Amino acid sequence: MPVVEYKGKKFEVDEDGFLAGGIDDWCPEWVDYVKEQEGIKELTADHWKCIHFLQDYYKKHGIAPMVRVFSKVTGFKLKKIYELFPSGPGKGACKMAGLPKPTGCV
Amino acid sequence: MAKLPKPKELVEEIDYTPPEGPWMETRPEFKPGTYGYGVKAKNLKVLGLPNQRDFYPSEEDWQLPDNWKEIFLEGMEDRLNRFRSFRLFMDICVRCGACADKCHYFIGGGDPKNMPVLRGELLRSIYKRYFTTSGKVFGKLAGARDLTYDVLKEIWYYVYQCSECRRCSVFCPYGIDTCEITMMGRELMNLLGCNLNWIGEPVANCYRTGNHLGIEPQGITSIFEFLRDELEEITGVKVDLPFNQKGADILVIVPSGSYFADPGTYTMSGELLLLHYLKEKYGLTYTFSTYASEGGNFGLFTSNEVAKRLNAKMYAEAKRLGVKWILGGECGHMWRVVHQYMATFNGPADFLEVPRNPITGTVFEHAKETKMVHICEFTADLIKHGKLPLDKSRNDHWVVTFHDSCNPARGMGFFEEPRYVIKSVCNNFYEMPENTIREKTFCCGSGAGLGSDENIITRMRGGLPRANAVKYVHEKYGVNVLCCICAIDRASFPPLLDYWVPGVDCCGIHELVANALVLPDEERGVRKRTKDLRGNPLKGYEDLVEEE
Repeated sequence: MPVVEYKGKKFEVDEDGFLAGGIDDWCPEWVDYVKEQEGIKELTADHWKCIHFLQDYYKKHGIAPMVRVFSKVTGFKLKKIYELFPSGPGKGACKMAGLPKPTGCV
Repeated sequence: MAKLPKPKELVEEIDYTPPEGPWMETRPEFKPGTYGYGVKAKNLKVLGLPNQRDFYPSEEDWQLPDNWKEIFLEGMEDRLNRFRSFRLFMDICVRCGACADKCHYFIGGGDPKNMPVLRGELLRSIYKRYFTTSGKVFGKLAGARDLTYDVLKEIWYYVYQCSECRRCSVFCPYGIDTCEITMMGRELMNLLGCNLNWIGEPVANCYRTGNHLGIEPQGITSIFEFLRDELEEITGVKVDLPFNQKGADILVIVPSGSYFADPGTYTMSGELLLLHYLKEKYGLTYTFSTYASEGGNFGLFTSNEVAKRLNAKMYAEAKRLGVKWILGGECGHMWRVVHQYMATFNGPADFLEVPRNPITGTVFEHAKETKMVHICEFTADLIKHGKLPLDKSRNDHWVVTFHDSCNPARGMGFFEEPRYVIKSVCNNFYEMPENTIREKTFCCGSGAGLGSDENIITRMRGGLPRANAVKYVHEKYGVNVLCCICAIDRASFPPLLDYWVPGVDCCGIHELVANALVLPDEERGVRKRTKDLRGNPLKGYEDLVEEE
């Protein structure tokens, strides 16, 4: 499994650059790392609202929320989510929050 | 992640000129975007499958056991003895070429090894070399070749570039089903731990939690509650969500893609609304299950043995709950498993009754063996008997065409019922050209576990013939939605259509049914429906919805 180093921390990542150890390996440095990768200038309260919601939901349900739930609970339309996370809710927001990517008929 | 070229560039890259030199000596290039990631050790561990390590197909060393060749050949011999179809398909091909231009991956790419005849030949050459006298004696002259590391990799590359759609089998004068050759090829790859992760992970999830996505019971019910609340905003009706209810007449099993991924979730909402209506009006009793929470079966893309293990939960749960029969949702390959394998995998289901629609009295004789009915035939039966008040005009904002999802179409001959339902609930319906529908339907290009992002170039190439037919009806009739009855379709069509035919959406049949279904309050004139299930205004209510 590839390893990336950032600010003195080492992260194991999968082929798509998602945190291999998932939410257990998540830390604020990971957020900074993804922020840089994603080209996000400034992390705002809106970003953190998304990250915290995704992590809470994941801890409770064992999966990332569906996009419609994510949008409804945060109150952010999909367009806004893309503004916050240019790679979108999955490859941007979930990645930053340390969630794995869903697989199957999705 | 591979960069996807622009559509025009991708089309210009299609080249039907075969490479120079003999096919046996041409090695595949593992180009990014043309294959999926390898399976992870953690997923192989869940099912106790062989050679548990993280598998990286792009690496030189696949970390195979030293005796990989023996494992492969012994596995092949075992399957040649167990599956007569496999031996037959290895023996009888006369290389007439009728199938050559029928595969969507060949049409959209031009790689000759995506011609079904040559795809089969990759494995057939091994069969000849090790299991026939002519091949043992005459070698290459008889189309035989040694199984080397390179050959193994080549077979791997092409069995994971076949979506097992079976279109080629329709045109083969001998009825050779390349899908079954691919299935055997994949079984052999799995003996060496060489699955795709896009298959291995759903399989592991399903074995652990009952569904491909790994959603736990509380997650499932919370998603359904969300869909219920959204549906209530549109219709004013708060639907029931019966889960794990013993003694219900019917167990309903849908693919998890239907309750997790858009636009499948609208199909799911449609099914919820219909079932609730039938309960209120006719007293139908039904239940969902948080254990049998997946209609799909990615085991089918792994091996018969794994497919059987995943399939077992359907009957086990039906037995535990004491239902009479099972109603299955809009899922694709689920129906291939149900129709062709379930009864022998896990049957006989003699504890269930021959399905009978309690509302119309129709007995589904053809489901006598499996005890499982497709929701489209159930709905078609209700419509035929005049049990559903329908207002077609509520789908007037859609100009619909129907994609015959490969497995219901070619796996069970399911052509008329979906069309009957669509025509009963929509005014605007147009067929795509004849050679691209019904038994000749073109695959979405992402089936059989090939729907991952990293496989995007193969997917866009493979989906080109289907998209091209959609483009034809889009331009000719103004078609703006492609209706289908498969969760893989509903996941893979949105990006495919965005790429090739922007402006065409994707939906399931029961989304359209629920739009048209006139609810009791609407029938009495107490309430008016102004939005479709997606929250978009119905025709004639654009201004009203805008004002909100």
